[in-house]
Amino acid sequence: MSSNTTDTSNETESTTDESSTLIETEVSVDSQRSQTPTETVVSATNLSVSYGEQRALSDVSIEIPENKVTAIIGPSGCGKSTFLRSINRMNDRIPSCSVDGELRFKGTNVYADHVDPVALRRKIGQVFQAPNPFPKSIYDNVAYGLRIQGKADDVDLDEAVERALRGAALWDEVDGQLEESGLDLSGGQQQRLCIARAIAPDPEVILMDEPTSALDPVAASKIEDLIDELVSEYTVIIVTHNMQQAARISDKTAVFLTGGELVEFDDTATVFENPADSRVEDYITGKFG
Amino acid sequence: MSTQRGDLFADIDLGREKLINRLFYGLLVAASLFGLVILVLLIADVIWESYQGLTTFNIDPVQFLTEPSSSRAERAGFGASIVASLWLMALTAVLAFAIAVGCAIYLVEYAPETRTTRLIEANLANLAGVPSIVYGLLVLALIVNDAGLGSVILAGAIALALLIVPIIIVASIEAIRAVPSSVRDGSYAMGATTWQTVRQVVLPQAMPGILTGTILALARAIGETAPLIMVGTMLHATRYPSGPLSSFSAMPTQIYNWTYQADRMFNGLAALGIVVLLVFLVVMYALAGYLRKKYETEGSITNV
Repeated sequence: MSSNTTDTSNETESTTDESSTLIETEVSVDSQRSQTPTETVVSATNLSVSYGEQRALSDVSIEIPENKVTAIIGPSGCGKSTFLRSINRMNDRIPSCSVDGELRFKGTNVYADHVDPVALRRKIGQVFQAPNPFPKSIYDNVAYGLRIQGKADDVDLDEAVERALRGAALWDEVDGQLEESGLDLSGGQQQRLCIARAIAPDPEVILMDEPTSALDPVAASKIEDLIDELVSEYTVIIVTHNMQQAARISDKTAVFLTGGELVEFDDTATVFENPADSRVEDYITGKFG
Repeated sequence: MSTQRGDLFADIDLGREKLINRLFYGLLVAASLFGLVILVLLIADVIWESYQGLTTFNIDPVQFLTEPSSSRAERAGFGASIVASLWLMALTAVLAFAIAVGCAIYLVEYAPETRTTRLIEANLANLAGVPSIVYGLLVLALIVNDAGLGSVILAGAIALALLIVPIIIVASIEAIRAVPSSVRDGSYAMGATTWQTVRQVVLPQAMPGILTGTILALARAIGETAPLIMVGTMLHATRYPSGPLSSFSAMPTQIYNWTYQADRMFNGLAALGIVVLLVFLVVMYALAGYLRKKYETEGSITNV
């Protein structure tokens, strides 16, 4: 009955124990993947982000491992999306936004003077909350990244498009209608098209900002399965409102709380089963947020 | 309840309120009809005058549409003016479109949100309200005289382009702003530069709106008389223009020049000219309406 692999040996433990009831009702954690130590791909040191006078992130320090799914959870307004957008410098597009501290991608501070955000974003793809395919054909949507990055002539574009659509588990549904508009697809298909678009130019990290919150449960579970596949090739950092989703799909979980503070970052199993911070436990058990 | 109906509302006297209500209803309907009535009267008058022209002066419609004008009414036609107006429209469109769309793209996609850019944007609306004759005077001084271009079609096109640039900018800004920012974000997140995003994602979606605005602005320009008079036109467009550097008289200026001629037959010619001008306007508005309609049905990306 209990899906908690670490505590099952202790059979005398009563179910009134707070941490284990929490696990039974909420999560089933796949804890095998997070065992081997890996390299850090994105790391923040004392990162603070403000919009004008409003501070959205304060003093965040975190090391996100390569080829893992890292989930970022927390209540609304806790800065999780801000953190995600500061990794690929999409926050640069907001004029009032200012960044302090360091954010390193493979050792390079992405806010250093010599780093061009355009180049950075070619290595770090992003999938947004609401599917946002371009009003172009399915083919042109997927080929977009390769074309603007000047790689379209170096590769077999047809093959690259097919590979990306297969990678996004969309190929079987759109094969033979690649010239139709991406906007004619269903919401779930549109989101997978956006994932195909993001992986086509072969980035190293994929940022996902609540990628399933606008989708129905069936479409959402397809995306979750897909994330599980993607992680063999890419580092996935996913912001989600849905704690069960975080528990299902992630290896590492970061919990942000109101005020833009990172209060806990650990293996997903640890965060959900045995959080170090009592506020995290309160949040996960639904006492607030 | 029904037995009390007579007594229940007996203490409420609506007579005066009802009267005022009906009075204002009538006034408002009359105000709305006013514009329509005037338009119908205008069109009826023009059609009557041109019918008179065709019958009493025996104007041949084919000769009217193909011959250039002449100081002798019975030999005068509208053909050279129609061609001059087409030249003007083409040159005006080329000159105004690139500048206006460029300015709109800069203001929406590139310019930082500063007081200066806000000031520029606010003043575009004022610029669109400047009397057209002012642009005519400007071109007369700078282009016709100082630059020595003379009273040619190109000079007229420059005056008309100056006139409609602010109008196209305002329409283009609106069309570009209407492109959802989520699509822009999608492009930027792929590592696109601003120009790639503008060229590949923003412009294709904004173009129908930009074109509609441009056609409506050109429809205004084709009927403009004052700036062309300032630039200088021929009294009678006696020969077909051979290019942008020919002297000319466009449709509205030729109509204007005909109306003050002594020979009554010129009045009939002017009325026919107005009919031709109106046909051009109707076609342009129809085209703009068609584009807008198409844009509304195809351009939506809300089916998430």
